[in-house]
Amino acid sequence: MTAPLLEIDDLAISYKVGDHDQRVVHGVSFRVDRGEVVALVGESGSGKTTTAQAVLGLLAGNGRIEQGAIRLNGIDIAHWPQKRFDTIRGAVVALIPQDPGSSLNPVRTIGAQVAEVLQIHGRGDRRAIRTRTLDLLTRVGLLPAEMRADQYPHELSGGMKQRVLIAIAVALNPDLIVADEPTSALDVTVQRVILDLIDELRRENGTAVLLVTHDLGVAADRANRLVVLQGGRIQEQGAVKDVLAAPQSAYTRRLLSDAPSLTKVRPARRAPGSGEDFAIVVERLTHDFPVGGTAKRFRAVDDVSFKVCRGTTHAIVGESGSGKTTTIRGVVGFLKPTAGRIRIDGEDMTTLKGEALRRFRRNIQLVYQNPFGSLDPRQTISQIVEEPLLNFAPPPKAERAKKVADMLHRVGLPETFLGRHPRALSGGQRQRVAIARALVLDPRVLVLDEAVSALDVTVQAQILALLDELQKALGLTYLFVSHDLAVVQQISDTVSVMYKGRQVDGGPVDTVFARPNSDYTRELIDAIPGRKAPMLALSTASVRG
Amino acid sequence: MIRYLIGRVGQALLVLMVTFSAAFLLLQALPGDAIMIKFMSPDMALSADQIAEIRSAYGADLPIWERYFRTLANFLTGNFGYSIQAGVPVSQQLQVNLPPTLQLASLGFLTAIILTITIAALSNVVGMGWLRAAIQSMPSLFISVPVFWLGIMLIQVFSFQLGLVSVISPGPVERLILPVLTLAIPISAPMSQILMRNIDEVLAQPFVAVAKAKGASHTWVLWRHVVRNAVLPMLTIAGVLFGELLAGAVVTEAVYGLNGLGGLTNQAVGNHDTAVLQAIVVISALAFVSINLVVDLLYPVLDPRLGTKLSMTA
Ligand SMILES: Nc1ncnc2c1ncn2[C@@H]1O[C@H](COP(=O)(O)OP(=O)(O)O)[C@@H](O)[C@H]1O
Ligand SMILES: [Mg+2]
Repeated sequence: MTAPLLEIDDLAISYKVGDHDQRVVHGVSFRVDRGEVVALVGESGSGKTTTAQAVLGLLAGNGRIEQGAIRLNGIDIAHWPQKRFDTIRGAVVALIPQDPGSSLNPVRTIGAQVAEVLQIHGRGDRRAIRTRTLDLLTRVGLLPAEMRADQYPHELSGGMKQRVLIAIAVALNPDLIVADEPTSALDVTVQRVILDLIDELRRENGTAVLLVTHDLGVAADRANRLVVLQGGRIQEQGAVKDVLAAPQSAYTRRLLSDAPSLTKVRPARRAPGSGEDFAIVVERLTHDFPVGGTAKRFRAVDDVSFKVCRGTTHAIVGESGSGKTTTIRGVVGFLKPTAGRIRIDGEDMTTLKGEALRRFRRNIQLVYQNPFGSLDPRQTISQIVEEPLLNFAPPPKAERAKKVADMLHRVGLPETFLGRHPRALSGGQRQRVAIARALVLDPRVLVLDEAVSALDVTVQAQILALLDELQKALGLTYLFVSHDLAVVQQISDTVSVMYKGRQVDGGPVDTVFARPNSDYTRELIDAIPGRKAPMLALSTASVRG
Repeated sequence: MIRYLIGRVGQALLVLMVTFSAAFLLLQALPGDAIMIKFMSPDMALSADQIAEIRSAYGADLPIWERYFRTLANFLTGNFGYSIQAGVPVSQQLQVNLPPTLQLASLGFLTAIILTITIAALSNVVGMGWLRAAIQSMPSLFISVPVFWLGIMLIQVFSFQLGLVSVISPGPVERLILPVLTLAIPISAPMSQILMRNIDEVLAQPFVAVAKAKGASHTWVLWRHVVRNAVLPMLTIAGVLFGELLAGAVVTEAVYGLNGLGGLTNQAVGNHDTAVLQAIVVISALAFVSINLVVDLLYPVLDPRLGTKLSMTA
């Protein structure tokens, strides 16, 4: 019997923080066989990257392997010096990094950066290396290769940069590729193309892949086996279909039920608004932006119309740059559209001006994507939530304090948080604060701009549940902007799909998903990770139990 | 690109113009003037009438705005006026004093660069960690070492104690060694700190991890990925460094008793010789502005990211 390609045995890793060692990987054991894809899954901070870096000998300077072995082709490399690693990195084990944006040297051409891996390992003279470089660029779909080779990273999109990094990783036909969240920084449609490319190339060459991801859907689609990590410990591992069918650990069950793409579409949550009670009506909305001082104009939103019944959720979906943000800025009255009408509760936002507009705006509140950037770090939570009240004929202090405490309670935060600062809160808690701040003025419409995109699936599921609860209790209408169709499918009643400023699909979510009108929507739906996974009897109730 | 160029040159001219005007006004506002200092002294024994005559000969009795425009017109044609104390054209004084200062400054600059690179290179070699720790822990110390104190220490050690460099009758090269070191050391200390910090920042970039994952050795990574990315941002402080260099050169000349802009400035300040001071300020500003202009124009050539941005806006 030959040894497995990679065998990690009781691995423990710690980081030196200040002057004590903090252990973040505790006795992890798993293996990767030749040609196999093993997914390392877990929420952020669970030690996935640390484990992956150890395999490449690329632990941060303060990291140390405290115990255990990392056997590659039967040889323990855990304590190899860097010099020795240089001989196998690139040739036997390769890396596809997480963030293509910063993973290429900005001042060297991509051709030079692909050629480099061949030069380091002395694969041929200049001419041979150039030919091979162009072949590789062609193989990963960067065409025409001669032109691409002379471009600099900033001239390429994120997806194209990731192709370059894939070309580098496969250049020497390694036995194992470590891919650390290779698509987390990319749009969903690009994400699928990139994962397909990795799949194709590894099949061609029989390369094994250690796929690090926080997205169970991605893992389910692409891997043979799953290793579930939490807090630096393995919760469970096994063949993908076994783990999905009968998760053994409570943590895996929770991950499964939280992953929007793996949960069944909920049945229509409520009867769509009785007849004509629309909270938001957008009619033929069009908006042009001037282009760099010239007379030319760029049409960011082109003839978009939709209606949202009171108490329901309407989603706007599309990749970045498709006009989602411009549309919602019109809805909240931050910009005057070039043409079209926006009516909120019958009031025409496009004709309101000055003080009337300012007063009307309190009915429509915004929650942003980034829970880190949108809260002032110097204010306390109580000040942050109170602030909107001060802008509109503030009630007396005691009343305000009560209102703030109520809101905090509503969004599920304990009163002890009132005096804290945002930095002492987790991402999910900050997003709860942002929601409390938005709700303190008793708005009728809440606009959520990628409000859960930056959160872990588990936290994401909690926030989505909170939003659902608030909607039922307060009769709120949501306009929900997202690039994640799986989330949209889970929480919204109606949807507009935008592509390059136009609405290419629209209507009830179930209809749009079952019978998409446009190729773009079809592509988006196919790109939802987890769709290939066997949908086994995973009723949410039994999973949560 | 052309528009960018014209814009930058225009900006540079504006800065020069503002500097000229501010210097003119400040120098005029100083109490006392050179004519008084030179001609009122008792051994001259001139009458009030005679002094008034001299004043009008120098144009000192004209209203301030007229003097301003005259001086400006003269500067534009390369005429810097007369030094009252020395009684010769300022341009003649500059011809004598500028070259030695330029020589000192450029040699100092070159030495500073060599020192900086050596320090940064050594501190990134394994086993030289102590050097990096030492340099990084001495920031405020070295930067605040007064140049004259350093100069005196260098003379003490190298000339008097070690007897390596003669100060009494040095050869043409020998006489420059200590001044150049005096000038270079205080500048190379902050420079190597910045360079080392840049190197550390670049080393933490994901693209360095990617390069290592290709199998690149530490030296390979340093040379092919780190150096250019770490040095580029240093160009932006070239202008500031030049300022320090000039100030350092003036003091260094005083310590070693060398001829140059330093001596000229000292004399001119003592005598309120405004024409000389005005010329020195404007020439320094011209050098400062030119260096920044060259850096700005060179940067897009060296950094591909800026190159395309510029050609796109043009
Ligand atoms: N260089 C470092 N120094 C100290 N702690 C670190 C370092 N890198 C990661 N950690 C900590 O180790 C834990 C695991 O991190 P990581 O492996 O990046 O997790 P994941 O990739 O699953 O998000 C986290 O608690 C993180 O804060
Ligand atoms: Mg990670």
